[in-house]
Amino acid sequence: MPVALLVRLTLMCGAAAVLAGCATQKPPLYAWGGYTSAVYSQLQGAPEGPEKQIASLEEDIEKARSKNGRLPPGLQAHLGLLYLTTGKADQAQQAWQAEKTQFPESTTFMDFLLAKFKK
Amino acid sequence: MTPTKMPSITRALALTAIAGVLSLAGCATKAPPYDYTAYRQHMPASILVLPPTSQSPDINASSSLWSHATMPLAESGYYVIPVALVAETLRENGIQTPAEAQALAPQKLQSIFGADAGLYIDVTQFGTQFLVLNSVTSVAANARLVDLKTGTQLWTGSARAQDGGSNSQGSLAVMLVTAVLKQITNTATDMGHRVAGVTSSTLLQAGQPRGLLWGARAVGHGKDTVQP
Repeated sequence: MPVALLVRLTLMCGAAAVLAGCATQKPPLYAWGGYTSAVYSQLQGAPEGPEKQIASLEEDIEKARSKNGRLPPGLQAHLGLLYLTTGKADQAQQAWQAEKTQFPESTTFMDFLLAKFKK
Repeated sequence: MTPTKMPSITRALALTAIAGVLSLAGCATKAPPYDYTAYRQHMPASILVLPPTSQSPDINASSSLWSHATMPLAESGYYVIPVALVAETLRENGIQTPAEAQALAPQKLQSIFGADAGLYIDVTQFGTQFLVLNSVTSVAANARLVDLKTGTQLWTGSARAQDGGSNSQGSLAVMLVTAVLKQITNTATDMGHRVAGVTSSTLLQAGQPRGLLWGARAVGHGKDTVQP
């Protein structure tokens, strides 16, 4: 059945084109862990409390380090905010410094946050 | 439609048409070339995502899209200003609504957050529609990328994603049970938030036709194949 064969080939080519055009799968740049969920939770008033988020993000950092993965932009700064809400101001400042070291693009904002401690 | 009784030529045409529709749904290819002149002139390294405005009654719509925006932007090679800290800073400065935040002067935002560009998202649809035998969750959003130093618009885009739809197999009883279960588990929040992740990456992942360009931290930077 030449027609059926033609149809099948057309369909296969179509599918291949769709896959080639859209799905450019590369390995992720960053080890995301639970960062997106932590942000969502924080935006909703962190109903589970900061301690649980801190533990989960610290675990993500450990995991990323052990696998030589890069932490996503914002994760360490986010952790700094959580440290601050639990009264750990020193650790907050360290986390914001770490964000700045990893991502110099964050310098202006991290300095803005760090300036609050220099009064 | 009973495919076995259709003449093979008609069937071939029908299938080809379906294939065509599918490939259009998969990615809109034949749109006129997008003008990236301003974008390339003000190529941002960092992006501030403003709190999204929302036209949906669902109170989670804004925070859902806001939290999902970072991953596709960062994976596209941009630094994304930490969202929870942006929220906190805006709140401390008396900015209470997304609309107020989005109305702030770009230069003011630039001076505090140090971002090269601002991303303004508007959620146009967020929620679950319950039908008799099924439920469909859709999330749609528009976005605008603006150079914060000059206020120049660099890019706009929109995307829509949905979950649910055809339950074509099984008996009516099974379908009804499935529908009821979906109504229980498909709380608008959970499903909406999940679908919003798809909307966000469809909208903000670089390397798609008419999409964002690759940022400096991405492997594909400078190799955009989009026509000028």
